[in-house]
Amino acid sequence: MLLTLRSVTKTYPTSEGPLKVLDGVDLTLEPGQTLALTGESGSGKSTLLHLAAGLDTADAGSVAVAGQDVAQASDAVRARLRRGTVGLVFQQFNLIPSLDVAANLSFQARLAGRHNPAWTQELADALGLSALLTRYPEQLSGGQQQRVAIGRTLAPKPRLVLADEPTGNLDEATGDAVLALMLRLVAQTGAGLLMVTHSPRLADKLDARVHLTAGRIA
Amino acid sequence: MTGLLALLSHWRRHPVQLAMLLLGLSLATALWSGVQAINAEARASYDRAANALGQDRLDRLVRRDGAPIPIATYAELRRAGWQASPVIEGTYSGLRLIGIDPVTLPEQGRPVDVGNLGDVIGTDTVFAAEGTAVPDGLTLQPADLPTGIAVTDIAVAQRLLGGAGISHLVLDPDAARPALPDTLVVQTAQNGTDIARLTDSFHLNLTAFGLLAFAVGLFIVHSAIGLAFEQRRAVFRTLRALGLSARALTGVLLAELLALAIIGGLAGTAMGYGVAAALLPDVAATLRGLYGAEVAGTLAFRPGWWAAGMGIAVAGTLVAAGQSLWRVWTMPLLAPAQPRAWARASARSLRWQAGLGVALMMATVILGLGGTGLFAGFAMLASLLMGAALLLPVLLTAFTAFAQGRAAGVLPQWFWADTRQQLPGLSLALMALLLALAANVGVGTMVASFRLTFTGWLDQRLASELYLTAQDEAQAARIVMWLAPRTDAVLPIWQADTPLLGQRAEVYGVADHPTYRDNWPMIDALPGVWDAVAAGQGVLANEQLYRRAGLRLGDTVTLPGGALPIVGVYSDYGNPNPQVLISTDQLVARFPDVPRLRYGLRVTPDKAAKLAADLRATFDLPVDAVVDNASIKALSLRIFERTFAVTAALNVLTLGVAGLAMFASLLTLSGMRLPQLAPVWAMGLTRRQLAGLEFARTLLLAALTMLAALPLGLGLAWVLLAVVNVAAFGWRLPMHVFPGDWLHLAGLSLLAAAMAAVIPVRRLARMAPTDLLRVFAHER
Repeated sequence: MLLTLRSVTKTYPTSEGPLKVLDGVDLTLEPGQTLALTGESGSGKSTLLHLAAGLDTADAGSVAVAGQDVAQASDAVRARLRRGTVGLVFQQFNLIPSLDVAANLSFQARLAGRHNPAWTQELADALGLSALLTRYPEQLSGGQQQRVAIGRTLAPKPRLVLADEPTGNLDEATGDAVLALMLRLVAQTGAGLLMVTHSPRLADKLDARVHLTAGRIA
Repeated sequence: MTGLLALLSHWRRHPVQLAMLLLGLSLATALWSGVQAINAEARASYDRAANALGQDRLDRLVRRDGAPIPIATYAELRRAGWQASPVIEGTYSGLRLIGIDPVTLPEQGRPVDVGNLGDVIGTDTVFAAEGTAVPDGLTLQPADLPTGIAVTDIAVAQRLLGGAGISHLVLDPDAARPALPDTLVVQTAQNGTDIARLTDSFHLNLTAFGLLAFAVGLFIVHSAIGLAFEQRRAVFRTLRALGLSARALTGVLLAELLALAIIGGLAGTAMGYGVAAALLPDVAATLRGLYGAEVAGTLAFRPGWWAAGMGIAVAGTLVAAGQSLWRVWTMPLLAPAQPRAWARASARSLRWQAGLGVALMMATVILGLGGTGLFAGFAMLASLLMGAALLLPVLLTAFTAFAQGRAAGVLPQWFWADTRQQLPGLSLALMALLLALAANVGVGTMVASFRLTFTGWLDQRLASELYLTAQDEAQAARIVMWLAPRTDAVLPIWQADTPLLGQRAEVYGVADHPTYRDNWPMIDALPGVWDAVAAGQGVLANEQLYRRAGLRLGDTVTLPGGALPIVGVYSDYGNPNPQVLISTDQLVARFPDVPRLRYGLRVTPDKAAKLAADLRATFDLPVDAVVDNASIKALSLRIFERTFAVTAALNVLTLGVAGLAMFASLLTLSGMRLPQLAPVWAMGLTRRQLAGLEFARTLLLAALTMLAALPLGLGLAWVLLAVVNVAAFGWRLPMHVFPGDWLHLAGLSLLAAAMAAVIPVRRLARMAPTDLLRVFAHER
């Protein structure tokens, strides 16, 4: 199993008292599988994704990525997981503004020690970025930025790709194109994909779907 | 009002930003107005001294042997037609008591603010500064006089001083001067403008430091206001969209700034008063030691100074906020609401900055080649400092780009690229740090060079083991005879005053002796210089006279008895007056009345102490009549150290303000850094690693700024030593470098940077993942 969540709970303190965002969530993802995670705003989708990525820790339950429990792991262990096993795509693109497209594309692969120039070039070609390699993020459109973000995520060939509304900031046509590209490349690397989305239409393009309501899998 | 409340709510949500703004403004105002308070107090003291001691501006008659003038002699002089007024001086109950005769005192020498002395003739009224403790039986009449000085009627003074004789006779400058008895000599008046001119350069130095500190403080204000405006761009746009005109919006922001300026100004002037009160005793000691100018050691509150402090606070705020206000005024209604990177300098503005910096540097060179005088010196300093400050971000940008290109790993590449991206936000703080460090290097080099030169010069000038001052010439003659078998040499140090090239100059007579030939601190001389002086065929000129009058070796100076060529120039630090040296024989021939009271005694050093004790015992001399050279050196060095104590204090304060500017920038930037740092964290770096890199970045930038400050500081020192000092004091000092001091300063700057970075970095290292995750949240 690539990703396993068992009885995961997460509560955030708020000014109106503790807010339980995840309440005993169970979820699994096989290698090569693509899974859509849907739900209303505030249902806990992003929190679940963050726990799976080791960006945050669960209050209770277990989160295992590629057999390694990261629910309560140290900061350093979770950082290593993000560097080597997981790839993240965000709605806001979150490129590094001080680096050009080429450096952004290869950043995580080099950080993970798995930089393969040929593969990165193949990604750039596939994503239509070859002519934009010397540009900086602020000089790109939203769609172009998201393609760079996808390329950056796939460059180290992660085993698990986690995407949080990757087309949320793009128009429908651009979003569809970007998603199609991402699915094709994820399939090419053999990674598993967990994608948060509001859109049932986009969710239908993935292998399976789970729905989250008030912190529970429906 | 609604708009104002909406805008003001920003400060409630960002109290640290508000505190930084007010702190920067109040510190800038404090250092500026503190220096102004010191200057105002010193100038008021000069005025009081001029008023009280107006008689010092007049020539006076004194006895050749320094003894009091008998009443009978005074009466004879009056009968002979001398328009002279008697003055009695002495110490009474810790006061310097001056007794004057208001009837005969010339108008020009009258203490103008003392009132109508005619009304108090013969009464026990004394005029002194308000609050002066006067002994029982005397009535204090408050007057604008320096502390410790009391003026009264001559009869009262004579009685209080135990029947003292006349100290001197003040001469009416317009009256005729008949023949003078042999026992008396005319002493030329001290020129009050000399003190004013000399102290002016000191005050100019202080003002320059005050301005520098003010500019550094304004960097904090500018960055805090710039950030607050950028963060409120969305609010501005909303308010404009809701119908608030650009004029009204700018007006509301202006009102907000004025309110902040008044608060900061009030705090700043109060702090400035504290700074001035703390520094004034040192300044007073400096002015007394270096120029002989008396300044009260306590500070009076002056409304004009307070108003000026408030004015500079408001003006400074408006200058610091000008750019931001202009942006609001010209902001299109549909401007993007998302805050742009704060103070991000575009490549175009960086090019402008580089161009202006280069132009200012060229102006510095042109001023250095063609400019003369104090104004040119300070203009050079200003253009050099501003030019360098403008070029710093350009140089750092180029350096980080170069380093990024050479970096091997992905993290170093990101580190340099990210550092370059941070530069616009940090550049103001780094410019402030550069100026403070350069001022420290420059002024430190100047002071240390001065100290080294001065110490060496003292060793040369004070070659005699003992210095003797006899009470009268008869005693001097007896002592010289007594000393003959007990010393290696007894060297006359006789001095007369004479007008020279429009100034009052000192003329010294020196004996032809190896003490002078081997030790005298010559700057330049013709061959056979000492032979020429000994033969009465030349004079030595001090550096002040030589430079101010633009003289060359071989030029002549006219002394009583005929002109003599200059055969040598010597350094003469600390002396504001022109001075020439001629042979003792020439001095006696040209100034037959010269007092023959002072001598330098050459003796084996280990016998000096015993000889001094024997001299005092044999001739019943007071302790200070025989002084060893070590005591004079120690006294001179003490005066020297106090002279630069104020400069050192201002140096430390300026560096402190620069550290605060850095802290303010790092703290405000840290909140804006998250969108840049969170993705790197998400890709596998820990918060601790990121915090370490942030810390390293701060230290690196401080170190690079220190590196840039070194040549700038040395340039500053050169301008101070070779241009400003020559114009202000008339002497040029050799420049020495002190790498040990640089290392110390580098350590201090790194410490300041580390202290400035520690809170933002600690916050990042301990930041909850939730805060970092907000960067990725959809709602952001």
